[in-house]
Formats: sequence, structure tokens, C-alpha cells
Amino acid sequence: MNVSLFITCLSDAVHPGVGKAIARLLARHGIAVDFPAIQTCCGQPAFNSGYWEEARAAAQTLLAAFDESDFVISPSGSCTGMIHHYFPKLFADDPVQLKKARSLAEKTFEFSQFFVNVLGLERLGARFPHKVTYHPSCHGSRILGVKNEPLTLLQNVEGLELVPLPYAEDCCGFGGTFAVKMSEISGAMVEEKVDHVLESEAEVLVGLDLGCLLNIAGHLRYRGKNLRVMHLAELLEEGVRGQ
Amino acid sequence: MKDSVRERAQAALQDDYLRNAVKFTTERLRSGKQSAAAELGHWEEWRERGRAIRLHTIAHLDYYLAQFADNARQQGAHVHFAFTKEEAVAITLEIARRNKARSVVKSKSMVSEELHMNEALAEAGIETVETDLGEYIIQLANEPPSHIIIPAIHKNKEQIAEVLSREAGKQLPAETSVLAQFARQKLRQKFLQADIGMTGCNFAIAESGSIVLFENEGNARMVSTLPRTQITLMGMERIIPTWADLEVMATLLPRSATGQKLTVYLSGITGPKRTEDSDGPEELHIIIIDNGRSLQLGDPDFQELLNCIRCGACLNVCPVYRQIGGHSYGSTYSGPIGAVLTPALVKNAAEWNDIAYASSLCGACYEACPVKIPLHDMLVYLRHRTVTKGRPDLQEKLGMKGFRYLMSDYRRLRKALRLGRVGQKLLSRNGVIKAKLGPLKGWHRYRHTQLAAEQAFRDNWPVLKQELNRSLAQADPRIEERLQAWVAKRERGNEYDA
Repeated sequence: MNVSLFITCLSDAVHPGVGKAIARLLARHGIAVDFPAIQTCCGQPAFNSGYWEEARAAAQTLLAAFDESDFVISPSGSCTGMIHHYFPKLFADDPVQLKKARSLAEKTFEFSQFFVNVLGLERLGARFPHKVTYHPSCHGSRILGVKNEPLTLLQNVEGLELVPLPYAEDCCGFGGTFAVKMSEISGAMVEEKVDHVLESEAEVLVGLDLGCLLNIAGHLRYRGKNLRVMHLAELLEEGVRGQ
Repeated sequence: MKDSVRERAQAALQDDYLRNAVKFTTERLRSGKQSAAAELGHWEEWRERGRAIRLHTIAHLDYYLAQFADNARQQGAHVHFAFTKEEAVAITLEIARRNKARSVVKSKSMVSEELHMNEALAEAGIETVETDLGEYIIQLANEPPSHIIIPAIHKNKEQIAEVLSREAGKQLPAETSVLAQFARQKLRQKFLQADIGMTGCNFAIAESGSIVLFENEGNARMVSTLPRTQITLMGMERIIPTWADLEVMATLLPRSATGQKLTVYLSGITGPKRTEDSDGPEELHIIIIDNGRSLQLGDPDFQELLNCIRCGACLNVCPVYRQIGGHSYGSTYSGPIGAVLTPALVKNAAEWNDIAYASSLCGACYEACPVKIPLHDMLVYLRHRTVTKGRPDLQEKLGMKGFRYLMSDYRRLRKALRLGRVGQKLLSRNGVIKAKLGPLKGWHRYRHTQLAAEQAFRDNWPVLKQELNRSLAQADPRIEERLQAWVAKRERGNEYDA
């Protein structure tokens, strides 16, 4: 079985720890993951800005990279959603690439989806004795429909206290280029999100998308709050280490 | 009005009264909607049914419009078709002139806002009074509505008291009952004097030629019964085929708008007053208005815009609307629906292009929409049109060229990631970047960024790969089996496709 990692450009460039955590968790369950190096990015930054030619140039690297894969695992609900819902639109006029895009969508899973739905693993044997709150990222939950999977994994972590995040489903204000183009609106949104995170009194904020997590972590740091912000894979991997 | 949505939003973000008032009310509305939908049950099925009705109607709009017009005329109504806003205004003024009308009372109508009807009537020397409380307030304040169903949502009680006190000529206390009482007394006189009653139209029923109005204050019923002449302004897409379809819409609309099971008043009006009726207008005019709507017909990306039932649910859940309010959008329609509808109605004119960028594309609008209009996708389509047919931002265009250069070949990306490692050290202090350079300016106004890891994932992969090879657990047969089953299922599915 050929299981590949789609690292996503953010994890590749900024926070490789998320990709490492996923690869290590898979290895613990006897799955050897490969990393086809010709992959770059799903193209979403360009697609969402209306630059579809530019988006295609990036997206086609994924079509080529994962042509031979049976499963593709990604640490991002947003990038997985891009493949599932917008790749068919992006390659609508190219029958050869469209076929590849459809096949890629079928075999690409967001990390928590893969563990819970495909592997049928809900309890990974992690211990994490902290108060944790969960931010459901918009694209992962609304576009891709990943809602219960991460909660299932969290509820099965020993010692973890999951506390509710007020208005959890509200966007954190990231939105890719939106955070730069409409920085004042984005700033107001992340401020409100962080207010709610602090209100939850959690020690750790966990999520499934680095874009949102870097945004929230950046504003927490700006306000001098040293709450830990983690990707779910990192939390679980830390929790199983030494168990 | 300020030039860009960004400038208007900046001003709104400084206005704490506005932000608090908008947050307070949208919060109440969206939680009300959630409980109402949960209490009803099967909400997703209701949405699907609503969507199906709207899709069908808009796909056969020519047929249903003709059926509606025929039936309404048979019932004694005068039906007019207006292609442009100017035509709609001209028809209205002609009706007013023939009736020697000096005053008009209006119930809430977004389409009349779109036509700037009040200004047109005022220019013709006709007094126009809004009788929906929220509309009355913003009319007195000389402002456009900032929400589709709660036009004065941006004002708090104190500000409303101020506006009404000016009209009263004395200081009124900021108490809801006193303010409502004042408006009621004032408006009662206007109802009795008015020559024309003007309404909007929530739905038009093709099978009987009827118009349907949802409201909570009873003012639309007064407007449509007291004056001798009634003019109903109707967007050409307000049609539904049958009364049975109205059941679905009546289930979706009030719940989505305010969390109510039903509005306090629901009126169905078929033709003018009949001899046996005790009240109602002697003359009923229905003006069916296009004003850019037909531009969406046949457009695969935007036709679904015509499915909108104007409930405002997308505004109430929008995290951007909540921060900046409706006036920041700069046009009659605000929030996610406004951001798409405004440019669409004027064929994506360049002056409105910037609104599509005032969204994080979070999709809350789509999730809230009772007829499932994919507004978050349409915002991306609008941006795509700006890039391919309009005048895109030069800096962004350049940035995207760079993106393409790097992302089309992993070797270039790898080089850039290595260079970035050097670059970030120059920008950072104590492991944190706060620099407000170029595109980082807006980002770092609200955030401090931690340095990226020493090595990119791809550069670290050979080391990680060795570690994984050493630590790889023995394959679990149950997991193997599951993976094989998934692949087999996928291949079976593809057989049917072929």
C-alpha cells in the first residue's frame, strides 16, 4: 500500500513539526509514509485570489507527485478541501488532468479523517494531562465536513480535559491574503477569537489547520499570552511518546 | 462615501457603538435561528427542498412570470414590467400623477431602496413615510439600511431615542415602549392620510397571481388596506409556483431571518378590493422589476443568486459583517449576499470589485443560507473575473507571478525556502519577527511571528526517513485489511463511472 504525505506549503516552510508528527504516528501503526519531493502547494492562495492559471501551475505538481499513491494524507482541512472541491473546477477544461484531479480527491484525506474513518483508529494511546480547547477551522469543517473526527481523537486522550471554546465555529480571521489585504478587519476578527480562547481558560489550543493556528498564535504572542498552540497531530504524537 | 470598502471598514472599526450594536443583534438572531431550526428538525432536508423549489422556479422563470402576470391581471391587478430602475421609477410617478397623490406610506421593501424610490418621490414633491419602525428610524436619520431585515441594526437605543426626539421636538427617554408608542402615534396619522400604499413583495404566487408579505409590525397590512391605491414593487425573481411551495418558504424564511416560527403577520393579497371586501385598495399595481437580475440568468456561476429569499441569515453569521456593519459595503445590500449581488446587478462593474475581497471565505454564509447559495464560491468567482476581465491589483499580480514561478517547480521552492531561512534571521529579534515591511505590514500590526524551523520539511526529510525506517512498527493486519477494502471500494466505484 502506497501512503504518501502531502505536506502543504505552510507545514513545509514554517512548521515541519506537524508533518513529522503525522509520519511518526503512521509509523507507530506500521504504515511507512513516503514523501514525493516534487509536490509544492495545492494552489489555494492563487485560486482564492482569482489567479487560476497560477493556481493550476502549483496544483499540477500534486497531480504528478501523487499519481502512484493509494492514499494521500495532509495536515490541513483547508488544502484537502481545495483538492476535493476546487480541483475539479480548476481542471474542468482539461480531461486528462481532470481525471487525475478526481482520482486525487478520492484518495486524499485530512489527517484526522484518515485515522478515524479510514484506519478506524480512535484511541491512539496518547496521554496529555492538560486543559485543551479546539478551534474547528472553517474550510475543514464546512467545505470538507470534518466535524467529529478530531473531537473523537481528543476525547480518547488520557488525562486530557476538553473545554468548550465559545463561538468556536467563528472564523479566526486568517483567510490567506485576506489577512494582508484587509488587515484591519482580519485583526479585529483574530482579536475576538483570542478573547474567546482566553475565556475558555484552556492551557492549549488545538486545531487542524496551520494557517489558522499561526494566525491565532501570532496574536496571542502579540498580546503577551503564552498559551500553547498545537496541531492535533503534534498533540497526539507528544502524547504517545514514551507511552 | 469613502472610496473603498477597506476605508469604510476602517471607519466602522473605530465606531464602538456600531460594532456593539451589530454584534448584540446578530448574536441574538443567529442563536434564535439555530434553536428554531433545531426545534423544527430535519433542517437540512428543508433546505434541500427550499433550494429545489428555487432552482426549479428560476430555471423556468419566464413561464412562471407569465403565469403570475396573467393570473394577477385576471384578478384585477395592473401588472407592469420595468427593465431598469429608471423605468420602475417612471411607472411609479405616472401612477402617482394620475391619482394626484401627495403622500405615500411604505412598508419595508429592499427593492425600493435599490431604486432610490424615496428620493425620486421627494423630487416629485410627494411625501413618503416609511412605516416599518427600523426603516422609519433610518429615514429620519437620513441613512440607508445597514441590514436586509433589521435596517437600523447599527443603532443602539440611545441613538434611536435621539433620532426620534428630533422628530418629536422634545427629549424622549431611551425606553423601547415609549419610542415605539411615539412612532405608532405619528405613523397612524400618516396611514389615514396617505393616497398611496407602497409595499415590497416577499413572494409572488404564480398559480393565483397573489403577493405574499411577511412582517411583524402590522404596518404592511395597514399600507395594503388603508390607502386607495397600492403599488407593490417586486423583484422579478420573487416568484414561487404554488401555495404549497409557500409552505416550505414560510418554514424557512422567518426561522432563518429572526428565529421565529412565523412572523406576526402573514398577508396574501390577490387582486384589489372586491365589492364584498370591507377594506383594501381600489387600485392595485404590481411593478415587476429586472434592474440587472436577468443578467444572472444562464450564468453558471451566478444564476443561483436569484434563489435568494432575502432572509439576512448570511449577514447574521458573517464574521466580517459583525465587525464592520452594513454601511461598509457601500450599497443597498450588505453582508455576503450584498458583496456578490451588488456587482452582479451592475454586471460586475469595476467600482464594486473590492467588496469581494472583504471576506475570509469562511463559508458561514453558505452554511446559514436556507436555500444553500454558495456565496463563498461566488466571491472567488468574482475575484477570478477581476483578474481575467477587470483591473487586478498590480502588487498582487506580481506576487502571484512569483507564486507561480516558485510553486511550479519544487527545486525553485526548495531554494526559496533555504533563502528564507537566511532572510528571516535578518528580520527577527529574540526568535520573533515583528517587522512591518511590505505585505508583512498589515500582518504584524496585530501579530508577532515566531521564526520558522531551522530546516524546511523537505530538507529534513532524509533524516526523518531514516528515523521512521528504524522505528516502523510491524504492519497491523487489521489496518492492512481496512486499507485494501478502501482501495477496492474506490475501484468498484470507478467501474460504474466508466
